[in-house]
Amino acid sequence: MGMTMTQKILAAHAGLERVEAGQLILVDLDRVLGNDITSPVAIREFEKIGATSVYDKDKVTMVMDHFAPNKDIKAAEQCKMCRSFCEKHEVTHFYDVGRMGIEHALLPEKGLVVCGDVVIGADSHTCTYGALGAFSTGVGSTDMACGMATGKAWFKVPGAIRFNLTGKLNPHVSGKDVILHIIGLIGVDGALYRSMEFTGEGVSALSIYDRLTISNMAIEAGAKNGIFPVDEQTLAYVAEHSDRKPVVYTADADAEYDATYEIDLSKIKSTVAFPHLPENTHTVDEIDDIKIDQVVIGSCTNGHYKDLEEAANILKGKKIASHVRAIIIPATQDIYLKAIENGLVKIFIEAGCVVSTPTCGPCLGGHMGILAAGERAVATTNRNFVGRMGHVTSEVYLASPAVAAASAIAGKIADPAKV
Amino acid sequence: MKFTGTVIKYGDNVDTDVIIPARHLNTIDVKELASHCMEDIDKDFHSKIKAGDIMVAGLNFGCGSSREHAPIAIKASGISLVIAKSFARIFYRNAINIGLAILECPEAAERIENGHEVEADLDAGVITDLTTGAKFKTSPFPPFIQNMITNGGLVASIQKGDFC
Repeated sequence: MGMTMTQKILAAHAGLERVEAGQLILVDLDRVLGNDITSPVAIREFEKIGATSVYDKDKVTMVMDHFAPNKDIKAAEQCKMCRSFCEKHEVTHFYDVGRMGIEHALLPEKGLVVCGDVVIGADSHTCTYGALGAFSTGVGSTDMACGMATGKAWFKVPGAIRFNLTGKLNPHVSGKDVILHIIGLIGVDGALYRSMEFTGEGVSALSIYDRLTISNMAIEAGAKNGIFPVDEQTLAYVAEHSDRKPVVYTADADAEYDATYEIDLSKIKSTVAFPHLPENTHTVDEIDDIKIDQVVIGSCTNGHYKDLEEAANILKGKKIASHVRAIIIPATQDIYLKAIENGLVKIFIEAGCVVSTPTCGPCLGGHMGILAAGERAVATTNRNFVGRMGHVTSEVYLASPAVAAASAIAGKIADPAKV
Repeated sequence: MKFTGTVIKYGDNVDTDVIIPARHLNTIDVKELASHCMEDIDKDFHSKIKAGDIMVAGLNFGCGSSREHAPIAIKASGISLVIAKSFARIFYRNAINIGLAILECPEAAERIENGHEVEADLDAGVITDLTTGAKFKTSPFPPFIQNMITNGGLVASIQKGDFC
Protein backbone atom coordinates (compact mmCIF):
# COMPACT_ATOMS: atom_id res chain seq x y z
CA MET A 1 0.00 0.00 0.00
CA GLY A 2 1.29 3.46 -0.91
CA MET A 3 1.75 6.62 1.11
CA THR A 4 -0.15 9.89 1.07
CA MET A 5 1.66 13.13 0.22
CA THR A 6 1.86 14.00 3.93
CA GLN A 7 3.23 10.57 4.81
CA LYS A 8 5.94 10.89 2.13
CA ILE A 9 7.15 14.22 3.54
CA LEU A 10 7.11 12.89 7.09
CA ALA A 11 8.96 9.68 6.13
CA ALA A 12 11.70 11.67 4.40
CA HIS A 13 12.14 13.93 7.43
CA ALA A 14 12.22 10.95 9.80
CA GLY A 15 14.92 9.21 7.74
CA LEU A 16 12.57 6.32 6.98
CA GLU A 17 11.76 4.54 3.73
CA ARG A 18 8.11 4.41 4.59
CA VAL A 19 5.69 5.23 7.40
CA GLU A 20 2.10 4.26 8.04
CA ALA A 21 -0.84 5.85 9.79
CA GLY A 22 -0.62 5.55 13.56
CA GLN A 23 3.18 5.17 13.68
CA LEU A 24 5.00 7.43 16.16
CA ILE A 25 8.03 9.12 14.62
CA LEU A 26 10.64 11.75 15.40
CA VAL A 27 10.94 14.30 12.59
CA ASP A 28 13.60 16.86 11.57
CA LEU A 29 12.22 20.38 11.37
CA ASP A 30 12.90 22.90 8.59
CA ARG A 31 11.32 25.73 10.57
CA VAL A 32 10.08 26.40 14.11
CA LEU A 33 7.69 29.34 14.48
CA GLY A 34 6.18 31.26 17.36
CA ASN A 35 4.34 34.52 17.98
CA ASP A 36 4.19 37.08 20.80
CA ILE A 37 1.62 35.03 22.74
CA THR A 38 3.01 31.53 22.43
CA SER A 39 6.75 32.27 22.36
CA PRO A 40 7.00 33.59 25.95
CA VAL A 41 5.74 30.22 27.28
CA ALA A 42 8.15 28.46 24.90
CA ILE A 43 11.07 30.60 26.08
CA ARG A 44 10.28 29.67 29.70
CA GLU A 45 10.28 25.95 28.74
CA PHE A 46 13.44 26.36 26.59
CA GLU A 47 15.23 27.73 29.63
CA LYS A 48 14.00 24.79 31.75
CA ILE A 49 15.54 22.38 29.24
CA GLY A 50 18.87 24.08 29.88
CA ALA A 51 19.71 24.47 26.19
CA THR A 52 22.43 27.05 25.55
CA SER A 53 21.59 27.78 21.93
CA VAL A 54 18.83 27.30 19.39
CA TYR A 55 19.35 24.40 16.97
CA ASP A 56 19.60 26.70 13.94
CA LYS A 57 19.39 30.49 14.16
CA ASP A 58 18.13 30.70 10.56
CA LYS A 59 15.28 28.24 11.15
CA VAL A 60 13.81 29.59 14.37
CA THR A 61 11.28 32.33 13.55
CA MET A 62 9.33 34.71 15.79
CA VAL A 63 6.66 37.12 14.62
CA MET A 64 5.17 39.81 16.88
CA ASP A 65 1.67 39.91 15.44
CA HIS A 66 -1.06 38.99 17.93
CA PHE A 67 -1.11 41.82 20.48
CA ALA A 68 1.29 44.02 18.50
CA PRO A 69 1.67 46.95 18.11
CA ASN A 70 1.60 46.36 21.87
CA LYS A 71 -1.94 46.67 23.16
CA ASP A 72 -0.98 47.14 26.82
CA ILE A 73 1.95 46.95 29.21
CA LYS A 74 1.70 43.19 29.66
CA ALA A 75 1.71 42.66 25.88
CA ALA A 76 4.72 44.97 25.64
CA GLU A 77 6.56 42.85 28.22
CA GLN A 78 5.84 39.69 26.24
CA CYS A 79 7.22 41.21 23.03
CA LYS A 80 10.24 42.45 24.97
CA MET A 81 10.87 38.92 26.25
CA CYS A 82 10.79 37.58 22.65
CA ARG A 83 13.01 40.41 21.39
CA SER A 84 15.63 39.77 24.10
CA PHE A 85 15.61 36.03 23.42
CA CYS A 86 16.09 36.55 19.68
CA GLU A 87 18.91 39.03 20.27
CA LYS A 88 20.64 36.66 22.69
CA HIS A 89 20.38 33.69 20.34
CA GLU A 90 21.02 35.74 17.17
CA VAL A 91 17.75 34.58 15.62
CA THR A 92 17.79 35.76 11.99
CA HIS A 93 14.06 35.77 11.40
CA PHE A 94 12.66 37.92 14.20
CA TYR A 95 9.87 40.16 12.88
CA ASP A 96 8.96 43.15 14.98
CA VAL A 97 6.56 46.06 14.38
CA GLY A 98 7.46 47.75 11.11
CA ARG A 99 8.74 44.55 9.52
CA MET A 100 6.21 42.05 10.79
CA GLY A 101 3.00 40.89 9.23
CA ILE A 102 0.48 38.27 10.27
CA GLU A 103 2.73 35.24 10.54
CA HIS A 104 1.04 32.89 8.09
CA ALA A 105 0.90 35.53 5.38
CA LEU A 106 4.42 36.71 6.18
CA LEU A 107 6.30 33.41 6.03
CA PRO A 108 5.29 32.48 2.46
CA GLU A 109 5.84 36.08 1.34
CA LYS A 110 9.38 36.11 2.82
CA GLY A 111 10.13 32.76 1.17
CA LEU A 112 10.60 31.05 4.55
CA VAL A 113 8.58 27.99 3.53
CA VAL A 114 9.04 25.98 0.34
CA CYS A 115 7.52 22.79 -1.06
CA GLY A 116 8.53 19.68 0.87
CA ASP A 117 9.38 21.46 4.16
CA VAL A 118 8.30 20.30 7.61
CA VAL A 119 7.26 23.28 9.71
CA ILE A 120 5.89 23.44 13.24
CA GLY A 121 4.45 26.61 14.67
CA ALA A 122 3.07 27.46 18.08
CA ASP A 123 -0.04 28.75 16.39
CA SER A 124 -2.89 26.57 15.23
CA HIS A 125 -3.07 28.15 11.76
CA THR A 126 0.46 27.00 10.92
CA CYS A 127 -1.31 24.46 8.70
CA THR A 128 -1.54 27.28 6.11
CA TYR A 129 1.70 26.27 4.34
CA GLY A 130 0.15 23.04 3.09
CA ALA A 131 -0.94 25.26 0.21
CA LEU A 132 2.71 25.28 -0.90
CA GLY A 133 3.07 21.49 -0.70
CA ALA A 134 4.77 21.56 2.71
CA PHE A 135 3.83 19.61 5.84
CA SER A 136 3.06 22.23 8.45
CA THR A 137 1.08 21.99 11.63
CA GLY A 138 0.21 23.85 14.79
CA VAL A 139 1.69 22.74 18.09
CA GLY A 140 1.97 24.14 21.60
CA SER A 141 4.69 26.18 23.24
CA THR A 142 6.47 23.16 24.77
CA ASP A 143 6.79 21.59 21.32
CA MET A 144 8.12 24.92 20.07
CA ALA A 145 10.65 25.03 22.93
CA CYS A 146 11.83 21.49 22.25
CA GLY A 147 11.87 22.20 18.51
CA MET A 148 14.05 25.28 19.08
CA ALA A 149 16.41 23.25 21.27
CA THR A 150 16.64 20.01 19.28
CA GLY A 151 15.31 20.68 15.77
CA LYS A 152 12.92 17.76 16.20
CA ALA A 153 9.30 17.04 17.03
CA TRP A 154 7.32 13.86 17.70
CA PHE A 155 4.34 13.00 15.53
CA LYS A 156 1.80 10.28 15.13
CA VAL A 157 1.64 9.69 11.38
CA PRO A 158 -1.83 10.77 10.26
CA GLY A 159 -4.25 8.98 7.99
CA ALA A 160 -5.93 11.18 5.41
CA ILE A 161 -9.20 12.32 3.93
CA ARG A 162 -9.10 13.20 0.23
CA PHE A 163 -11.03 16.07 -1.31
CA ASN A 164 -11.10 15.61 -5.05
CA LEU A 165 -11.72 19.01 -6.63
CA THR A 166 -13.28 19.50 -10.05
CA GLY A 167 -14.59 22.50 -11.98
CA LYS A 168 -13.81 26.14 -11.23
CA LEU A 169 -15.18 28.82 -8.94
CA ASN A 170 -17.90 31.25 -10.00
CA PRO A 171 -17.42 35.05 -9.73
CA HIS A 172 -17.47 36.36 -6.12
CA VAL A 173 -16.78 32.85 -4.79
CA SER A 174 -13.32 32.18 -3.34
CA GLY A 175 -11.19 29.81 -1.28
CA LYS A 176 -13.00 30.91 1.90
CA ASP A 177 -16.31 29.67 0.54
CA VAL A 178 -14.67 26.35 -0.41
CA ILE A 179 -13.28 25.69 3.04
CA LEU A 180 -16.43 26.86 4.85
CA HIS A 181 -18.46 24.57 2.57
CA ILE A 182 -16.15 21.65 3.42
CA ILE A 183 -16.24 22.31 7.18
CA GLY A 184 -20.03 22.50 6.96
CA LEU A 185 -19.95 19.14 5.20
CA ILE A 186 -17.64 17.22 7.56
CA GLY A 187 -17.96 19.18 10.84
CA VAL A 188 -15.45 20.78 13.19
CA ASP A 189 -14.00 17.39 14.10
CA GLY A 190 -14.58 15.79 10.69
CA ALA A 191 -10.86 15.46 9.99
CA LEU A 192 -9.70 15.02 13.60
CA TYR A 193 -6.09 13.72 13.85
CA ARG A 194 -5.95 13.35 10.04
CA SER A 195 -4.60 15.13 6.95
CA MET A 196 -6.88 16.82 4.49
CA GLU A 197 -5.37 16.17 1.06
CA PHE A 198 -6.75 18.19 -1.86
CA THR A 199 -6.41 16.61 -5.29
CA GLY A 200 -7.95 16.71 -8.75
CA GLU A 201 -8.05 18.93 -11.81
CA GLY A 202 -9.86 21.63 -9.84
CA VAL A 203 -6.67 22.43 -7.92
CA SER A 204 -5.10 24.22 -10.89
CA ALA A 205 -8.17 26.48 -11.12
CA LEU A 206 -7.47 27.78 -7.60
CA SER A 207 -4.97 30.59 -7.07
CA ILE A 208 -2.19 30.14 -4.50
CA TYR A 209 -4.06 32.61 -2.29
CA ASP A 210 -7.27 30.57 -2.45
CA ARG A 211 -5.21 27.52 -1.52
CA LEU A 212 -3.55 29.37 1.41
CA THR A 213 -7.03 30.25 2.73
CA ILE A 214 -8.24 26.66 2.36
CA SER A 215 -5.20 25.09 4.05
CA ASN A 216 -5.33 27.78 6.76
CA MET A 217 -8.70 26.56 8.00
CA ALA A 218 -7.95 22.81 7.90
CA ILE A 219 -7.56 23.09 11.69
CA GLU A 220 -11.20 24.22 11.93
CA ALA A 221 -12.14 20.73 10.77
CA GLY A 222 -9.80 19.27 13.39
CA ALA A 223 -7.15 18.30 10.82
CA LYS A 224 -3.45 17.95 11.49
CA ASN A 225 -2.68 19.57 8.14
CA GLY A 226 -4.30 20.49 4.84
CA ILE A 227 -2.10 19.94 1.82
CA PHE A 228 -2.19 20.67 -1.92
CA PRO A 229 -0.15 18.98 -4.65
CA VAL A 230 2.61 21.11 -6.16
CA ASP A 231 1.88 22.48 -9.62
CA GLU A 232 3.30 25.17 -11.90
CA GLN A 233 1.58 27.91 -9.91
CA THR A 234 3.18 26.67 -6.68
CA LEU A 235 6.65 26.48 -8.22
CA ALA A 236 6.27 29.96 -9.73
CA TYR A 237 5.15 31.39 -6.37
CA VAL A 238 8.03 29.75 -4.48
CA ALA A 239 10.61 30.82 -7.10
CA GLU A 240 9.36 34.40 -6.84
CA HIS A 241 9.66 34.48 -3.05
CA SER A 242 12.53 32.16 -2.11
CA ASP A 243 16.05 31.21 -3.16
CA ARG A 244 15.63 27.78 -1.61
CA LYS A 245 15.09 24.77 -3.82
CA PRO A 246 11.64 23.23 -3.53
CA VAL A 247 11.34 19.47 -3.02
CA VAL A 248 8.25 18.03 -4.65
CA TYR A 249 6.49 15.05 -3.07
CA THR A 250 3.49 13.36 -4.64
CA ALA A 251 1.04 10.90 -3.16
CA ASP A 252 1.38 7.31 -4.37
CA ALA A 253 -1.31 6.19 -6.79
CA ASP A 254 -2.31 3.48 -4.30
CA ALA A 255 -2.24 5.71 -1.21
CA GLU A 256 -5.01 4.85 1.22
CA TYR A 257 -7.58 7.46 2.25
CA ASP A 258 -10.10 7.05 5.07
CA ALA A 259 -12.68 8.79 2.87
CA THR A 260 -12.90 10.68 -0.42
CA TYR A 261 -15.21 13.64 -1.01
CA GLU A 262 -15.95 14.90 -4.50
CA ILE A 263 -16.13 18.70 -4.51
CA ASP A 264 -17.40 20.45 -7.65
CA LEU A 265 -16.04 24.00 -7.30
CA SER A 266 -18.58 25.35 -9.80
CA LYS A 267 -21.41 24.41 -7.43
CA ILE A 268 -20.06 26.22 -4.37
CA LYS A 269 -21.93 29.38 -3.43
CA SER A 270 -20.94 32.25 -1.15
CA THR A 271 -21.05 30.67 2.31
CA VAL A 272 -21.33 32.08 5.84
CA ALA A 273 -20.63 30.25 9.12
CA PHE A 274 -23.04 31.33 11.87
CA PRO A 275 -22.12 31.52 15.57
CA HIS A 276 -20.64 29.71 17.40
CA LEU A 277 -18.93 27.06 15.28
CA PRO A 278 -17.33 27.19 11.81
CA GLU A 279 -19.48 24.18 10.83
CA ASN A 280 -22.75 26.16 11.13
CA THR A 281 -22.74 27.08 7.46
CA HIS A 282 -25.46 28.61 5.29
CA THR A 283 -25.23 29.79 1.71
CA VAL A 284 -25.69 33.53 1.47
CA ASP A 285 -28.73 33.23 -0.81
CA GLU A 286 -30.72 31.51 1.95
CA ILE A 287 -29.98 34.02 4.72
CA ASP A 288 -32.75 36.35 5.94
CA ASP A 289 -32.05 39.84 7.26
CA ILE A 290 -29.26 39.70 9.83
CA LYS A 291 -28.29 43.21 10.82
CA ILE A 292 -24.63 43.75 11.66
CA ASP A 293 -22.54 46.25 13.63
CA GLN A 294 -19.02 45.54 12.41
CA VAL A 295 -17.07 44.09 9.50
CA VAL A 296 -13.48 42.86 9.72
CA ILE A 297 -11.53 42.11 6.54
CA GLY A 298 -8.08 40.70 7.22
CA SER A 299 -6.39 37.94 9.31
CA CYS A 300 -4.08 35.06 8.41
CA THR A 301 -7.03 33.55 6.57
CA ASN A 302 -8.02 36.46 4.32
CA GLY A 303 -5.58 39.36 4.66
CA HIS A 304 -3.80 38.81 1.32
CA TYR A 305 -3.69 41.41 -1.42
CA LYS A 306 -6.14 39.37 -3.48
CA ASP A 307 -8.60 39.49 -0.57
CA LEU A 308 -8.32 43.26 -0.25
CA GLU A 309 -8.73 43.59 -4.01
CA GLU A 310 -11.96 41.55 -3.94
CA ALA A 311 -13.30 43.78 -1.17
CA ALA A 312 -12.20 46.97 -2.96
CA ASN A 313 -13.92 45.90 -6.18
CA ILE A 314 -17.20 45.81 -4.27
CA LEU A 315 -16.63 48.92 -2.14
CA LYS A 316 -15.37 51.15 -4.98
CA GLY A 317 -17.48 54.30 -5.22
CA LYS A 318 -19.87 53.10 -2.50
CA LYS A 319 -20.43 54.01 1.16
CA ILE A 320 -20.76 51.48 3.94
CA ALA A 321 -23.98 51.57 6.00
CA SER A 322 -23.96 54.35 8.59
CA HIS A 323 -24.37 51.97 11.54
CA VAL A 324 -21.46 49.70 10.49
CA ARG A 325 -17.80 49.97 11.50
CA ALA A 326 -15.57 48.35 8.88
CA ILE A 327 -11.98 47.51 9.76
CA ILE A 328 -9.58 46.49 7.00
CA ILE A 329 -6.28 44.90 8.00
CA PRO A 330 -3.67 44.14 5.33
CA ALA A 331 -1.78 41.05 6.54
CA THR A 332 1.75 42.29 5.83
CA GLN A 333 3.65 45.53 5.25
CA ASP A 334 4.18 44.63 1.56
CA ILE A 335 0.44 44.04 1.10
CA TYR A 336 -0.31 47.31 2.91
CA LEU A 337 2.09 49.25 0.66
CA LYS A 338 0.72 47.66 -2.51
CA ALA A 339 -2.81 48.50 -1.35
CA ILE A 340 -1.75 52.14 -0.93
CA GLU A 341 0.10 52.29 -4.26
CA ASN A 342 -2.78 50.75 -6.19
CA GLY A 343 -5.45 52.96 -4.63
CA LEU A 344 -7.20 50.31 -2.55
CA VAL A 345 -6.69 52.20 0.69
CA LYS A 346 -8.26 55.30 -0.88
CA ILE A 347 -11.29 53.23 -1.91
CA PHE A 348 -11.64 51.83 1.62
CA ILE A 349 -11.33 55.20 3.35
CA GLU A 350 -13.71 56.92 0.94
CA ALA A 351 -16.22 54.13 1.59
CA GLY A 352 -16.02 54.85 5.35
CA CYS A 353 -13.71 52.02 6.44
CA VAL A 354 -10.60 52.24 8.62
CA VAL A 355 -7.35 50.63 7.50
CA SER A 356 -4.99 49.27 10.13
CA THR A 357 -1.36 48.21 10.36
CA PRO A 358 -0.95 44.40 10.22
CA THR A 359 -2.12 42.65 13.40
CA CYS A 360 -4.14 39.59 14.43
CA GLY A 361 -5.91 42.03 16.83
CA PRO A 362 -9.68 41.64 16.52
CA CYS A 363 -9.69 38.04 15.18
CA LEU A 364 -9.02 36.68 18.67
CA GLY A 365 -10.61 39.51 20.62
CA GLY A 366 -7.23 41.06 21.41
CA HIS A 367 -7.60 44.68 20.31
CA MET A 368 -8.47 46.88 17.31
CA GLY A 369 -12.16 46.07 17.04
CA ILE A 370 -13.61 44.36 20.12
CA LEU A 371 -17.38 43.74 20.14
CA ALA A 372 -19.77 44.94 22.87
CA ALA A 373 -22.56 42.81 24.35
CA GLY A 374 -25.00 41.61 21.70
CA GLU A 375 -23.07 43.07 18.75
CA ARG A 376 -22.67 41.18 15.50
CA ALA A 377 -19.71 41.11 13.13
CA VAL A 378 -19.15 39.65 9.70
CA ALA A 379 -15.47 38.73 9.62
CA THR A 380 -13.11 37.13 7.13
CA THR A 381 -11.35 35.54 10.10
CA ASN A 382 -11.39 31.86 11.03
CA ARG A 383 -13.23 31.29 14.32
CA ASN A 384 -16.63 32.28 15.66
CA PHE A 385 -16.52 30.68 19.10
CA VAL A 386 -18.29 32.20 22.12
CA GLY A 387 -16.52 35.45 23.05
CA ARG A 388 -13.97 35.11 20.27
CA MET A 389 -14.10 38.79 19.20
CA GLY A 390 -15.26 40.33 22.45
CA HIS A 391 -18.23 40.07 24.81
CA VAL A 392 -19.61 36.56 25.42
CA THR A 393 -22.97 37.58 23.94
CA SER A 394 -21.42 39.06 20.77
CA GLU A 395 -21.61 37.09 17.53
CA VAL A 396 -19.16 36.46 14.70
CA TYR A 397 -20.27 35.37 11.21
CA LEU A 398 -17.40 34.00 9.14
CA ALA A 399 -17.37 34.86 5.44
CA SER A 400 -15.27 35.70 2.40
CA PRO A 401 -13.90 39.21 1.70
CA ALA A 402 -16.57 39.65 -1.00
CA VAL A 403 -19.44 38.79 1.39
CA ALA A 404 -17.89 40.94 4.13
CA ALA A 405 -17.59 43.96 1.80
CA ALA A 406 -21.13 43.51 0.48
CA SER A 407 -22.42 43.20 4.05
CA ALA A 408 -20.65 46.42 5.11
CA ILE A 409 -22.54 48.31 2.39
CA ALA A 410 -25.90 46.65 3.08
CA GLY A 411 -25.59 46.86 6.87
CA LYS A 412 -26.70 43.24 7.02
CA ILE A 413 -25.34 39.96 5.72
CA ALA A 414 -25.47 40.34 1.94
CA ASP A 415 -24.75 38.52 -1.29
CA PRO A 416 -21.86 40.15 -3.20
CA ALA A 417 -23.58 39.26 -6.47
CA LYS A 418 -26.50 41.51 -5.51
CA VAL A 419 -24.81 44.64 -4.14
CA MET B 1 -1.10 6.69 38.40
CA LYS B 2 -4.49 6.93 40.11
CA PHE B 3 -6.87 9.90 40.42
CA THR B 4 -9.99 10.31 42.54
CA GLY B 5 -12.19 13.39 42.40
CA THR B 6 -15.55 15.05 41.89
CA VAL B 7 -16.72 15.54 38.32
CA ILE B 8 -17.41 18.85 36.62
CA LYS B 9 -19.02 18.16 33.26
CA TYR B 10 -19.23 20.10 29.97
CA GLY B 11 -20.52 19.35 26.47
CA ASP B 12 -19.02 18.98 22.99
CA ASN B 13 -16.50 21.29 21.27
CA VAL B 14 -15.28 23.11 24.37
CA ASP B 15 -12.79 25.40 22.61
CA THR B 16 -9.60 27.00 23.85
CA ASP B 17 -11.19 30.47 23.59
CA VAL B 18 -13.57 29.55 26.41
CA ILE B 19 -10.99 27.53 28.36
CA ILE B 20 -8.83 30.66 28.49
CA PRO B 21 -10.08 33.72 26.57
CA ALA B 22 -7.42 35.42 24.43
CA ARG B 23 -7.85 38.71 26.29
CA HIS B 24 -5.92 37.07 29.15
CA LEU B 25 -3.04 35.83 26.98
CA ASN B 26 -0.95 38.88 27.78
CA THR B 27 0.42 36.94 30.74
CA ILE B 28 2.18 33.62 31.28
CA ASP B 29 1.53 33.64 35.05
CA VAL B 30 -0.13 30.29 35.73
CA LYS B 31 -2.17 31.49 38.74
CA GLU B 32 -3.57 34.44 36.80
CA LEU B 33 -4.42 32.15 33.87
CA ALA B 34 -6.15 29.72 36.25
CA SER B 35 -8.24 32.55 37.73
CA HIS B 36 -9.86 33.12 34.30
CA CYS B 37 -10.19 29.46 33.27
CA MET B 38 -13.63 28.63 31.72
CA GLU B 39 -15.04 32.03 32.79
CA ASP B 40 -16.90 32.69 29.53
CA ILE B 41 -19.09 29.57 29.87
CA ASP B 42 -18.90 29.00 33.64
CA LYS B 43 -18.14 32.16 35.56
CA ASP B 44 -17.95 30.38 38.95
CA PHE B 45 -15.50 27.73 37.74
CA HIS B 46 -12.49 29.11 39.57
CA SER B 47 -14.25 29.46 42.93
CA LYS B 48 -16.00 26.09 42.88
CA ILE B 49 -13.12 23.82 41.79
CA LYS B 50 -11.34 21.81 44.49
CA ALA B 51 -7.86 20.39 43.97
CA GLY B 52 -8.18 16.96 42.41
CA ASP B 53 -11.54 17.49 40.69
CA ILE B 54 -12.01 15.71 37.38
CA MET B 55 -13.28 17.41 34.22
CA VAL B 56 -15.50 15.35 31.90
CA ALA B 57 -16.44 16.59 28.41
CA GLY B 58 -17.82 15.54 25.06
CA LEU B 59 -16.33 15.48 21.58
CA ASN B 60 -13.40 17.55 20.29
CA PHE B 61 -12.38 18.98 23.67
CA GLY B 62 -9.86 21.83 23.36
CA CYS B 63 -10.53 22.65 19.72
CA GLY B 64 -9.30 25.92 18.26
CA SER B 65 -6.13 27.75 19.15
CA SER B 66 -2.81 26.05 19.92
CA ARG B 67 -2.46 28.08 23.12
CA GLU B 68 -0.77 25.93 25.73
CA HIS B 69 -2.22 28.39 28.23
CA ALA B 70 -5.41 26.26 27.99
CA PRO B 71 -4.10 23.00 29.53
CA ILE B 72 -1.86 25.10 31.81
CA ALA B 73 -4.91 26.99 33.14
CA ILE B 74 -6.89 23.77 33.66
CA LYS B 75 -3.99 22.10 35.47
CA ALA B 76 -3.29 25.18 37.62
CA SER B 77 -6.99 25.35 38.56
CA GLY B 78 -6.54 22.06 40.38
CA ILE B 79 -8.15 19.73 37.84
CA SER B 80 -6.30 16.42 38.09
CA LEU B 81 -7.63 14.69 34.97
CA VAL B 82 -9.72 15.44 31.88
CA ILE B 83 -11.87 12.64 30.45
CA ALA B 84 -13.47 13.36 27.04
CA LYS B 85 -15.14 11.56 24.17
CA SER B 86 -12.35 12.95 21.98
CA PHE B 87 -9.71 15.67 22.13
CA ALA B 88 -8.64 18.19 19.50
CA ARG B 89 -5.17 17.15 18.41
CA ILE B 90 -3.13 20.17 19.53
CA PHE B 91 -4.77 20.15 22.97
CA TYR B 92 -4.07 16.41 23.20
CA ARG B 93 -0.34 16.78 22.57
CA ASN B 94 -0.08 19.93 24.71
CA ALA B 95 -1.66 18.13 27.66
CA ILE B 96 0.79 15.24 27.33
CA ASN B 97 3.72 17.61 26.83
CA ILE B 98 2.97 19.62 30.00
CA GLY B 99 1.91 16.63 32.11
CA LEU B 100 -1.86 17.21 32.42
CA ALA B 101 -3.46 13.77 32.62
CA ILE B 102 -6.11 13.09 29.95
CA LEU B 103 -8.14 10.06 28.96
CA GLU B 104 -10.18 9.50 25.82
CA CYS B 105 -13.18 7.34 26.73
CA PRO B 106 -16.48 8.04 24.91
CA GLU B 107 -18.54 5.70 27.06
CA ALA B 108 -17.32 7.13 30.37
CA ALA B 109 -17.73 10.68 29.09
CA GLU B 110 -21.30 9.88 28.06
CA ARG B 111 -22.42 8.16 31.24
CA ILE B 112 -20.60 9.92 34.07
CA GLU B 113 -22.69 12.83 35.37
CA ASN B 114 -21.83 16.18 36.90
CA GLY B 115 -21.04 15.87 40.62
CA HIS B 116 -20.28 12.13 40.55
CA GLU B 117 -17.24 10.80 42.35
CA VAL B 118 -14.84 9.11 39.94
CA GLU B 119 -11.68 7.07 40.26
CA ALA B 120 -9.34 6.62 37.30
CA ASP B 121 -6.48 4.14 37.25
CA LEU B 122 -4.27 5.09 34.31
CA ASP B 123 -2.00 2.05 34.57
CA ALA B 124 -4.89 -0.42 34.58
CA GLY B 125 -6.84 1.69 32.07
CA VAL B 126 -10.01 1.63 34.20
CA ILE B 127 -12.34 4.50 35.08
CA THR B 128 -14.81 3.80 37.93
CA ASP B 129 -17.87 5.95 38.59
CA LEU B 130 -17.91 5.58 42.38
CA THR B 131 -21.40 7.13 42.54
CA THR B 132 -23.00 4.46 40.31
CA GLY B 133 -20.39 1.71 40.46
CA ALA B 134 -20.06 1.62 36.67
CA LYS B 135 -16.63 0.73 35.29
CA PHE B 136 -15.22 1.80 31.92
CA LYS B 137 -12.17 0.45 30.13
CA THR B 138 -9.81 2.86 28.35
CA SER B 139 -7.17 2.10 25.73
CA PRO B 140 -3.61 2.41 27.03
CA PHE B 141 -1.33 5.11 25.59
CA PRO B 142 1.37 3.91 23.18
CA PRO B 143 4.66 3.22 25.06
CA PHE B 144 6.34 6.37 23.60
CA ILE B 145 3.63 8.58 25.10
CA GLN B 146 3.32 6.55 28.31
CA ASN B 147 7.06 7.04 28.78
CA MET B 148 6.71 10.80 28.34
CA ILE B 149 3.87 10.88 30.88
CA THR B 150 5.98 8.85 33.35
CA ASN B 151 8.92 11.23 32.84
CA GLY B 152 6.63 14.18 33.64
CA GLY B 153 6.26 15.72 30.18
CA LEU B 154 8.34 16.55 27.13
CA VAL B 155 10.83 18.93 28.78
CA ALA B 156 11.57 16.36 31.51
CA SER B 157 12.05 13.69 28.81
CA ILE B 158 14.63 15.85 27.03
CA GLN B 159 16.37 16.63 30.31
CA LYS B 160 16.66 12.88 30.91
CA GLY B 161 18.09 12.35 27.42
CA ASP B 162 15.00 10.33 26.64
CA PHE B 163 13.80 12.14 23.50
CA CYS B 164 16.39 12.14 20.73
